[in-house]
Amino acid sequence: MSAHTESAATTPLLVAEGLTVLHGQLAALRDVSISVNAGEIFAVVGANGAGKSTLLRTLAGLHRPASGVVRVDGVDITTHATDQRVRQGVVLVPEGRRLFPSMTIEENLLVGAANGRRGEWNLDRVYDLFSWMRDRRKEKTSHLSGGEQQVVALGRALVANPRVLLLDEISLGLAPVIVQRIYQTLPSIAGGDMAVLVVEQDVTQAMRVAARFQCLLEGRTTLAGRPQDHTTEEIEAAYFGFGGLGSAAAS
Amino acid sequence: MNWINAIAQGLLLGGLYALFACGLSLLFGVVGIINLAHGDLAVLGGYVAVAILPSVHTNALWALLFVPPIFGAFGYVSQRTLLQRSLENGPLTTLLVTFGLSVVLQNALLEGFSADSHSLSIGKLATQALRINSQLSISYLRFGILVVAVVVLAGVQLLLARTSVGRQIRAVADDNEAAAISGVNTRHIAGIATGIAFVTVAIAGLANGMYSQFTPTSGSSLLLFAFEAVIIGGLGSLWGTLAGGCVLGLAGTIGAQIDSTMGTLIPHLVFLAVLAVRPSGFFPARAPA
Repeated sequence: MSAHTESAATTPLLVAEGLTVLHGQLAALRDVSISVNAGEIFAVVGANGAGKSTLLRTLAGLHRPASGVVRVDGVDITTHATDQRVRQGVVLVPEGRRLFPSMTIEENLLVGAANGRRGEWNLDRVYDLFSWMRDRRKEKTSHLSGGEQQVVALGRALVANPRVLLLDEISLGLAPVIVQRIYQTLPSIAGGDMAVLVVEQDVTQAMRVAARFQCLLEGRTTLAGRPQDHTTEEIEAAYFGFGGLGSAAAS
Repeated sequence: MNWINAIAQGLLLGGLYALFACGLSLLFGVVGIINLAHGDLAVLGGYVAVAILPSVHTNALWALLFVPPIFGAFGYVSQRTLLQRSLENGPLTTLLVTFGLSVVLQNALLEGFSADSHSLSIGKLATQALRINSQLSISYLRFGILVVAVVVLAGVQLLLARTSVGRQIRAVADDNEAAAISGVNTRHIAGIATGIAFVTVAIAGLANGMYSQFTPTSGSSLLLFAFEAVIIGGLGSLWGTLAGGCVLGLAGTIGAQIDSTMGTLIPHLVFLAVLAVRPSGFFPARAPA
């Protein structure tokens, strides 16, 4: 459980307690807890295989935890199906974007909007935010570049009016300049009551936007707090699981 | 029969094949089920009409009003119960389950209706034809079946392309998990798609019953033609399916024109030739768009 007494005034919007998730015999997550507040950008960092994606997929309802609880706004959603969670406002932008390749940009967004919550986000607002999309809305998404697809995937999640937006490795396979541009829009998206949970291998990128973070290693939480309260060495040590370069030299 | 007549009759017969193939194509493309009971379900549609019609009307055309809706509900329920469970155990299980369903249906129909052949009577319409010249006449029934096939295919196509339910069906067909992430209740949508497929198979079964006779075991050969139409046309393409049906129909009537004993063999040979030369069919598409 992360120490975040400083945010005691705001009740956390998304809470997971003691999540253990098994992939067959292998425990992908072991007793992981997380708590994200409304209006907050929260980063989960960790190396490949640390369990970050498993955590997000469990929160989205794609994996059933062996033990643990997931609550949104106090409501226990642990047993709810993925589409039910979308209606409750938990929306995932999956790793690898996973757009519907046979459909146009607009159709992808319409599918996202069809079962989502009602709210301030609609197709027009997404087109306003990413203006290139409006002119190309009739194009098949399979013809788009990786960065464009990522933005469409983000738009497809936004039109469901999430209360909790889960972003899984949105920088994967994209040019740094595009990643930067997507991250620059995050604060304006998150503004208000939306909680954004970002999963990243790219620590610097995630730390730049996140108010708080949590570091996973082999399915366990190794460090949690505010980025400014921890040195790069501490974060590195939590990320790689050794005492940083200094202690490695000493041993 | 002359050549022009053979071609005309072949194209008309293609409508019936396409009608059969439509539901098979939809169920495979969207839900991922290869439905080996497809032909038997069509035959079942005919028998439901045989059972209920006497208390409704003497003309079998009335069966079109109640058999397809019954099948739509039947399709939805069987997807949500039997088929969904088998899907969760992998594609091989669905093959076994639908094969089992086929055996159960055939034997239940044998038990209930005996092995005697039945047909659906539509009165004078069955024998009336538009006489174009001494060589060529077009049966109203056959022409009607082709029109119904085109309407059904166009209707399904429009539903998939233009409606919210249709988009969700395509989303499930594209990527089931991504659809769930986007809030689509994938099981409900798969149920609706199966319901639509069953409606088309009911219409096909009724058309077949008006066109020719059927017995509890005629489903197997219907299934074969439906499979061949889908594969010749290309998986996932509904208009391709119509083209595939017409190719089979033409092959049959032209084959019979060459040698009257070849009428049933030639379509299968054409199918094998297409499979060898162009295994993905003529109009392959992942999902209709």
